[in-house]
Formats: sequence, C-alpha cells, structure tokens
Amino acid sequence: MASPDRPGIAITDLLVRRRGSVVLDEVSLDIPAGVIFGLLGPSGSGKTTLMRAMMGLQRITSGSISVLGAEAGDRRLGSKVGYMPQAAALYGDLTVLENLRYFARLVNQPRARVAEVLEEVDMVPFTKARVDRLSGGQRARVSLAVALLPRPEVLILDEPTVGLDPLLRERLWGEFRAKASAGATVIVSSHVMEEASRCDELVLLREGRVVAAGSPASLLERAGASDLNAAFIALVQQAEREAA
Amino acid sequence: MKGRRVLATAGRLLVEIRHDPRTLVMVMVVPSVLMTLLRYAFSGQRAVFQHSGPAVLALFPFTAMFVVASISMLRERTGGTLERLFTSPLRNSELLGGYSLAFGSLAVVQAGLTASIALGPLGLDVAGPLWAILGMALLSSLLGSSLGLFLSAFARTEFQAVQFLPAFVLPQLLLCGLFVPRDSMAAVLHWISWALPLTYALDGVSRVSQGANLSGYFVRDLVVLASSVPAAVVAGALTLRRRTP
Repeated sequence: MASPDRPGIAITDLLVRRRGSVVLDEVSLDIPAGVIFGLLGPSGSGKTTLMRAMMGLQRITSGSISVLGAEAGDRRLGSKVGYMPQAAALYGDLTVLENLRYFARLVNQPRARVAEVLEEVDMVPFTKARVDRLSGGQRARVSLAVALLPRPEVLILDEPTVGLDPLLRERLWGEFRAKASAGATVIVSSHVMEEASRCDELVLLREGRVVAAGSPASLLERAGASDLNAAFIALVQQAEREAA
Repeated sequence: MKGRRVLATAGRLLVEIRHDPRTLVMVMVVPSVLMTLLRYAFSGQRAVFQHSGPAVLALFPFTAMFVVASISMLRERTGGTLERLFTSPLRNSELLGGYSLAFGSLAVVQAGLTASIALGPLGLDVAGPLWAILGMALLSSLLGSSLGLFLSAFARTEFQAVQFLPAFVLPQLLLCGLFVPRDSMAAVLHWISWALPLTYALDGVSRVSQGANLSGYFVRDLVVLASSVPAAVVAGALTLRRRTP
C-alpha cells in the first residue's frame, strides 16, 4: 500500500497528441493514496484519455506517468489496478457470473471473491442473467464489479455512476469512500458537479489543460463562489483572461 | 505463459459458443451436410467424390474456424473487452493460446464428425491412415483460426470481417488444386499457389487418400503447414497493440 507521502500516481508534463491535435497539454498531477480524486470537465476535455494513459492504454507523446512506483502499463500492475472503462466492456453472451468468474481467474482470485464483489455492487439477484439482457446501469455495476475483483490499490473509474438511480449512486460513493479510507487511490471522472463535492481532491480539465486543482473547499474559495458549478465557470473565465 | 489463464480463456470462448447454439450447430453439422451433398450431387461419378472428399475434409475446418475466430476476436476488439484484458495480467501469448485451444478443440470434434460421416455411411475410401487425414484437418483448422485472428485486426465491422472469406479464403481454395490441377494453371498462378498454405494441406490429404508413401512430400506438406500456424499466430500477436493512438 502506498504511504501518504508517496503519491499513488505521479504524472509529469504529460503531452498527448492525436492526429496532430493536442489532447492533453502538459498535464502534471500528484494523486496521493487514500483519497478520492475527482477528474472533472465537459465531454471532450481529455478525462478519458488521461485515465487511459494512467492504465497504459494510451500512446503518449511525451512526459511520464508512474503508478505505485512503476511505469503506467507495467504488467505487474495488472493485479493491483482496477479499471472501469466508460463502455461496460463485458461479454454480452455470457451471464454476469460467467463474466466475473473469467476475470477472477485472470487476476488469480478465488470464486468466493466473485460473490463478494457482486454483493458490493448489489447485483446478486442478477447473477444468472445474460449481460446483453441487462439495463445500462446494471451493466455498469457489473463492469465496476470486474474492476473491484483484484482488491485494487488503485481504482480508475471512468464515469462510474452515469445512469444509476440516486440510491445506488449513494451506495457506490460509500464504497469508493471505504476503499479510499482503506488506503486505495480512487480516481473518478464525472461531468456532474454534484458529485465533485464528494471528492477530496479535484482537477478541472478543459480542452486538455488543467484549469484548476485542489480540494472542493479551496476551489470555492479561490473562485469566490458558493457552489462548484459557479466555481467551475469562474475558474475557466479566470484562466481564459490570464491566457489572453 | 500460465496454463491457468490459457485454460480460463479457452473455457470462456467455449462457453460463449455454447450460449450460441445456432453457431455451434452450423460449425458441427454444416460440413457433414455439404459432404453428403457432394456425395449425391456426383452420385453417378464416384471418382469425383473419391477425389474431392478428402480435400473437403481438410478444407472445411479451415474456413469454419477462420470465420468463427475472426468474428470472436473482432467482437473482443470492438466491445472493449480486449482493452480490459490488456489491463489484466493476461499476456498476448496466453490470449492467443486460449483462442487456439478453444477453436482447435472445436475443430477436432468437427473434423471427427465429418470424417465419420464421410468414411462411414457415405463410403469414402481412404487408402492411407485416418490419423494422417485428421492431423491435416486439425492443422488446417488451427491455421484457419490463427489467420482469422490476424486478419480481424484489419476489419472495423463484422460485415468487413465476413468479406475476408471471399477475399482471402476463396483465392486459396481456387489455387490449391482442388478444382484445377495446379500444373495446368497459368505459370504466375502456379508460383503463387506455392506460397499459399492451403496448397500443402490439399497436397497432403490427396497423398494420404491415394495411399502414397507418407514420407518425402507428405513430410514437406506437414512441415509447411505446421510452421505456418505459429507464423500466423506471431503475425496475430503483432496486431494486439496495447497502446493505441
């Protein structure tokens, strides 16, 4: 487990260019262990690209990303990092149980672990259902369960609560909080400001750049705003004035 | 390479196929039906059936596994599961090993079923040993699945993947000597046919069925076919790129 003074993830001067255009521009972040780290920004701001880069799935132009002291994408991280992509990424013609059992065998977890994660995401009644017959929200929960299988030290969740009902969203945020309290690094992307207030640390991304970073309280203070939505707008305008 | 993860992957693929009984039936039954058609379409000319029956025995598993493997891998790519596998401890070699194991074992059952129908009720005569025919059928099915895995990288949609069958498999079928003896082809085509692995599969099975000596040319056929499989697997492995632009 990463100690508090050693960051779970350290990103230095990350530059990602795709077909000539800059997707991530000189992003540097220290993401400590034991916190919920929120990645906020409108769609197209580079959140998914940044998360894929942390998973070693994105070709980067320059800069470096270290995850738990190893280079992002190192195979040894495979059983320490849990990733929930934006699309559910499951085998539609298999049942929930068959999906989880396969992924559990890949990360060397016993069958009992499958029952635990199903419980955590509240999908026990759907164990025998085929994934392609589930609703979008149910599929998202199975996808989250796959990410939780290896008891990851780093959890990277790309918009995990989209399409979920408020009760379930509450429950999942409780789970994220529990993982962080147990020392894991939890990174959650969202475009919903209401969720931002549940994070310990926030980064606002816009057009591939970090507009602002800090705790929700410090961002509110810096922007002189009463809610995060207003703070986001104020900080973006402030950054644009500085750039002009 | 960990056997556990290879087995898990092969098992998962077989469960997927089991959940799709229509595909399973097509893979298992269609070759036998076509073999029966071949027998009775040429009912007055037993020689034609004797000539092409063994060849078809080796070529069906190739085409069937080519299609099934390329579509499965394409779905893995487009559905995001391949990317999820890249973030797990599964290695490319283990993934491809799982695919080869799953489709290889399907092919064994398919070739066995087709062979028992052809040699039993349909009365196909094979002068050489049965194991040699089945061995050739197994090798060509493994070749089919590994080529399918490789070519799936060049398809964006299932429509495109299906089009690879006429684009890559039919030319090989036309040039392998099944329809026309290779020495009566235009010279250029004859040369090309030497570079296509199915040519050797067909040459091998015809030698076995005619009771030829299983050395020399048969060994050459076996070696070419057996080394094309790992070559195609390596080519397939090169298309599994973890980092995408």
